[in-house]
Amino acid sequence: MKQRNLRWTMLVFALMTIMMLGACKKKVAPPPPPPPPAPAAPTASLTANPNTVDKGGSTTLTWQTSNATDVSIDGVGAVQPSGSQSVTPSDSTTYTLTAKGAGGTQTATARVTVTAPPPPPPQVSATEEELFSQTVKDIYFDYDKSDINADQQSSMQGDIEFLKQHPNISFTVEGHCDERGSTEYNLALGDSRANSVRNALVQGGVTADHVKTISYGKEKPFCTQSTEQCWQQNRRGHFVYGK
Amino acid sequence: MKRFFLLLSPLFLLTSTFAQDWIKTGTGLGVEKVRLAVPDFNASTQDSKNVDLLKAFNETLWNDLDNAGIFDMVSKSFYPLGQVGTPADVKFEGWSAPPPNAAMLAFGNLGVSGTGMTVQGWLYDVKNVTSPQVLGKQYQDAATSDAARMTAHKFADEIIFRLGGGIAGIAESKIYFVSSRSGHKEIWAMDYDGANQHAVTRLGSISLSPRVSPDGARIAFSSLTKSGWEILMYSLDLNRLVSFPRFGGTNLSPAWSADGTKLAFSSSRSGDSEIYAVDASGGNLKRLTSFKGPDVSPAWNRKTGVQIAWVSGRTGLPQVYTMEADGTNVQRLTDQGYAVSPAWSPNGQFLVVSWMRKYGPGAPGAQDIYIMDIASKQWVQLTHDGGRNDFPYWSPDGRHIIFQSSRAGSLQIWTMLADGTNQKQLTFAGANSQPNWSWK
Repeated sequence: MKQRNLRWTMLVFALMTIMMLGACKKKVAPPPPPPPPAPAAPTASLTANPNTVDKGGSTTLTWQTSNATDVSIDGVGAVQPSGSQSVTPSDSTTYTLTAKGAGGTQTATARVTVTAPPPPPPQVSATEEELFSQTVKDIYFDYDKSDINADQQSSMQGDIEFLKQHPNISFTVEGHCDERGSTEYNLALGDSRANSVRNALVQGGVTADHVKTISYGKEKPFCTQSTEQCWQQNRRGHFVYGK
Repeated sequence: MKRFFLLLSPLFLLTSTFAQDWIKTGTGLGVEKVRLAVPDFNASTQDSKNVDLLKAFNETLWNDLDNAGIFDMVSKSFYPLGQVGTPADVKFEGWSAPPPNAAMLAFGNLGVSGTGMTVQGWLYDVKNVTSPQVLGKQYQDAATSDAARMTAHKFADEIIFRLGGGIAGIAESKIYFVSSRSGHKEIWAMDYDGANQHAVTRLGSISLSPRVSPDGARIAFSSLTKSGWEILMYSLDLNRLVSFPRFGGTNLSPAWSADGTKLAFSSSRSGDSEIYAVDASGGNLKRLTSFKGPDVSPAWNRKTGVQIAWVSGRTGLPQVYTMEADGTNVQRLTDQGYAVSPAWSPNGQFLVVSWMRKYGPGAPGAQDIYIMDIASKQWVQLTHDGGRNDFPYWSPDGRHIIFQSSRAGSLQIWTMLADGTNQKQLTFAGANSQPNWSWK
């Protein structure tokens, strides 16, 4: 009982203190600036036309001042008391003109908004799909082969680890071939490649139900030059999320 | 130096001599071709449409007889003056003596009357003055240039049948193929001479490997569906897809048995691509091969029906094999390189294949068309002209082979006589591939 009373007392005291402080602060608000001395105060205006540009585009800043001896614009530098200048801001920019004179300092601002042609994608934390495409690596094959080569084992292991950690992801393994050879045989070969990747995943512990396979043979190449570099790009098991 | 004979048809004797790298073999070496004169048909009426229809008819008839490969066509510059429209116009001596020196004369007339067209055609043995007529035919059809072309095909086939050892001509046969000219790979059809090219399917996906049924009523093909590559069946009578089972896995390269009751195809429904046989109705699925590696492109022996040739990658690069239709007695036919796309001759004695004999990284060879004798495993090379030549298929008369070639820059369909001569390009628009000739 005694403690309770004490608490109440403290609470009331605290509230009063806050109220009094608030009241005090109001009273201590800064006084209005002193009236300018005898010399005329500078005036300044600044406009941008247009005030919205596409990225890489330019706009014209136009300004006028009076009673100023020292005029500068942030990002542009010292300028004439009046004038105009073309600028090409890389990002949205607020230009601030500062006019200093015997009578004081005056500023004026103009905002130029730069619109990026494709608006930047909203930055959200990586989704499962993004993790999939960042982590899971395609498996590349030797010419006319559908067994997984030793130099692809580290990719394969990485894929297995990720897919075991994300057991709910459904995905498709596409079998692709280079442009050489016959249409029908390449479709069968692409099928063998896709199944080879699938079998390795399942052996590594990935749930078989989530792995679909499809062969594209040489029907949908990643690149179309007749070079070994391009052919190697096309001989692969390609992972596609969520199909 | 080895020498062997390929008997392609009762009329054909193909002789090859491998003295150098290769030589062009000739049709009927030692067999004299019939010298045939074919003066333009003339008009039998006064209708203004005669000119266009006669042009279509005369061009088609000449090409059909020239393409047949069994005639020595007498050049028109040797023909005697004067038109030959009816038997009364025939001056025997002028045709049978040099310079024409013709043995046979095909002639006739065409006349439009109203919306109809009448064609009269004769075939004369000009050295038999007393009883010259071998053939006399009359045709009536609509007065359109399509009908004029079809009538020319029919008359040509009659002549070829009479003078070609009783083997029916192919002028009325059709070619089915894959074309991407609409933006998607669809199944297309055309007349045997490349005329009348038109789309059959409009699926907007990827459709491949058309195979027309022996009765000409259906096309089986492989198409990328929502559930993967499946065998689809298109009815040419109903002009639409008809139902056929989906087997799962990747299903490719259907092939009809000669009696039309069965299809063989490649399926990876078990996890590895193998050759299966199924009833044409879709029932009674049977697996024929079981060996790791791609198995694809089966072809049923068109004569015996008890043998299937196909392509297997079981030893590495694809090779052509044969087996009995129940999967037994597997024989490897090609000994090296990259061999694909087997197709049987109508008489069941030969396979035509696409082969890169020396192939592999660092040694890109030409991909050419070869004919292989099943009994002796001897082969003859038919193309030597560069590019990738693939998907050969035999004409119903066994005298022609159609194939795809990249030799002209883009992938196009070409035809040639079965000895490799007389190679002609049939398609020009877009990319065209995987030709399949109707069975009759």
